[in-house]
Amino acid sequence: MNYCVYCHEAFFEPVSWQFIAGLSESLSFCEECSSSFEAINGECCRMCGRSFRLFPEQYRQKQCCTDCVRWEEHEEWSGVLTKNRSLYVYNDFLRKVISTLKYRGDAELVQGLKTPFCKLYKKEFRGKMIVPVPLSEERHYERGFNQARLMAELLGGEIVSPLERVIHEKKQSKKSRKERLNIQENIFQASKEAGKVKGKSILLIDDVYTTGATIRQAAKVLREAGALEVSSMTVGR
Amino acid sequence: MRFVSFFVDGKTRIAPESLAPHNHLFTASSFYNLPDFDQPLINEDFSYNPTLQAELSGKLLLLDELSLSLDEIQEHYNHGFIRYSKGIETKQGYDKCSRCGNSENRLFASFSCYRCKEPQCTYCRNCIMMGRISQCTPLVSWCGPELEWRDSNSELVWEGILSPEQLKASDTLVEKIGMKDKLLIWAVCGSGKTEVLFQGIEKALKDGQRVCIATPRTDVVLELLPRFRRIFPGITLSCLYGGSMDKLEGAQLILSTTHQLFRYREAFDLIIVDEVDAFPFSYDKTLAFAVQQAKKEEALIVYLSATPDRNMKQQAEDGKLPFVKIPKRYHGFPLPVPRFVWCGHWKKGLKRNKLPRYVMNWISRQMERNRQSFLFVPSVRMLDQIVPILKEVNAKIEGVHAEDPDRKVKVMRFRHGATPILVTTTILERGVTIPFTDVAVLGAEEEIFSESALVQISGRAGRSKDDPAGEVLFFHYGKTKAMVQAKRHIEQMNREAGL
Repeated sequence: MNYCVYCHEAFFEPVSWQFIAGLSESLSFCEECSSSFEAINGECCRMCGRSFRLFPEQYRQKQCCTDCVRWEEHEEWSGVLTKNRSLYVYNDFLRKVISTLKYRGDAELVQGLKTPFCKLYKKEFRGKMIVPVPLSEERHYERGFNQARLMAELLGGEIVSPLERVIHEKKQSKKSRKERLNIQENIFQASKEAGKVKGKSILLIDDVYTTGATIRQAAKVLREAGALEVSSMTVGR
Repeated sequence: MRFVSFFVDGKTRIAPESLAPHNHLFTASSFYNLPDFDQPLINEDFSYNPTLQAELSGKLLLLDELSLSLDEIQEHYNHGFIRYSKGIETKQGYDKCSRCGNSENRLFASFSCYRCKEPQCTYCRNCIMMGRISQCTPLVSWCGPELEWRDSNSELVWEGILSPEQLKASDTLVEKIGMKDKLLIWAVCGSGKTEVLFQGIEKALKDGQRVCIATPRTDVVLELLPRFRRIFPGITLSCLYGGSMDKLEGAQLILSTTHQLFRYREAFDLIIVDEVDAFPFSYDKTLAFAVQQAKKEEALIVYLSATPDRNMKQQAEDGKLPFVKIPKRYHGFPLPVPRFVWCGHWKKGLKRNKLPRYVMNWISRQMERNRQSFLFVPSVRMLDQIVPILKEVNAKIEGVHAEDPDRKVKVMRFRHGATPILVTTTILERGVTIPFTDVAVLGAEEEIFSESALVQISGRAGRSKDDPAGEVLFFHYGKTKAMVQAKRHIEQMNREAGL
């Protein structure tokens, strides 16, 4: 018997041949919670990895969503981010899971994402240098951990911290899209470890890609520090 | 967080790293790893902050939960007015959460902590919704003078009349106020057990006691709040539930969900535990721990229940637990006895988006007769399947479950008569009183409908003296022991009441 890492209900794993042979990974979420995640598979935006299933055709241009087209048309941001891929649609359930993780501080929840997150990494980004999006000093202390770092640690590879978050103002999640896109100065700067990214292909890890503003700002600093290219992978999109 | 420890006059004192005295050399460590330290003696000359006293007296809190600055809190420690203690204790290799009493291994986890810099800082997952407690989190309690409510006017403003059965229970309670004892008030649904409490609470308040009424469900807290505001207008009253806003610090009377009791320590002289048999109270033994911790050593605990569990009944019968029984409803009419209606393999039909004929007939009959009704279903998932089917019959039919963000509004709409039929999971089985309603259960054979749940559900019907004979139907696919016992329980209570 297992206990669901999110709702704490006890559940039995479905018995399959893999299960009997001891080959299946033990499940972290109960059936009900598992079914509340909406995995992103099938057609998605080539750039940001948003599932095409979820938004009307008028917001697409060929294989991109109009948001990404706008980013790419902007001279400052064009080409900064190679691509983003995410695990799940950022629906109400994922929102609750991530807020329990971040705001309640239940670090253990991240373990439930391990298997699919590693799988996505191997499929799309194998071999890239792993960089979690940092928190500001203040926020990091308040929370006790950086959720992006916990997610990066799931991948099992070496983790590099070439970035520092300097400006700590309103939480991103409390800002409007307009506020987020109207970026005056970059919230990130290069850290002491920035030299390590030179000539490397980088993979940024964060919990959610919402407008892409945070990730692109981080990517820009990395590009300026000499990174070859920057992609990103998040849990929610 | 990190603390330092140092010597002052041969005693070990501690301080948060950021407030460490300048003239010493220390190594800061996680609060958990501090060596034993001494509690400073109370300095009578220190003028303490009354806000802190109100916020903290009778409680065990995190530093983040206090409104004062760390500086000011530390000042109170230096003068012996507060105590720091460990959030997680480890004994013989087992972790235990000091707030919720959790000691189950699977409900602890650890992370690399940026606050204490330890690679493995263990935290409790059981009470995490109230703010994380990890090894490096100190808990704070008050050791200064206790709160007093001498000037408050605790007069009861209530002109209702108690039935003879209620009066007997009320007198028993009044007699016990001020004693270190226990009392079970075993009262059928609709017997008016809330009113039974009024005189006893008044006496306790007049004696300057601090009183808490704890109930497992937020809905019940919300229902009780306006009533108590009205009948005790002169006292300080606070209402606590997950996400409650108008918390008054240091109130004398507290209406609370059982979960919120985790924050209290040796606070109450009288603690009334409503629906003592209810999920999650009987389910979660850490909640029983919460009640024990929240009461004072010499406190009176009163348990209220319509359906005490076997253990409690046994204790009452063996004379170990004093009890008083109210078998009759306030309006004097018998409890409606449930009727069983077999409705076949209803789950199979549900897969094809069909409800059993008997259920559909009952729905249309209720609509024709213009009778409001509850339809209880076993799970949220089934609720989501059933509600759309019924919405085709009448678009005003609604469904509500515990996690529903519109829960308060939907219950309110039903209360005002705007919703003809409310489909619900077991959240509304207790406490919620709406006159002129009938009740049906679909899938009464499911495990979630225990004897006590079914008795409670049946208790929703016939609540008004103008409509004492509400209808109770159990739609089922095979009778269960719980169903039969629930029916027998209700008939037994009617017999005891001489009806």
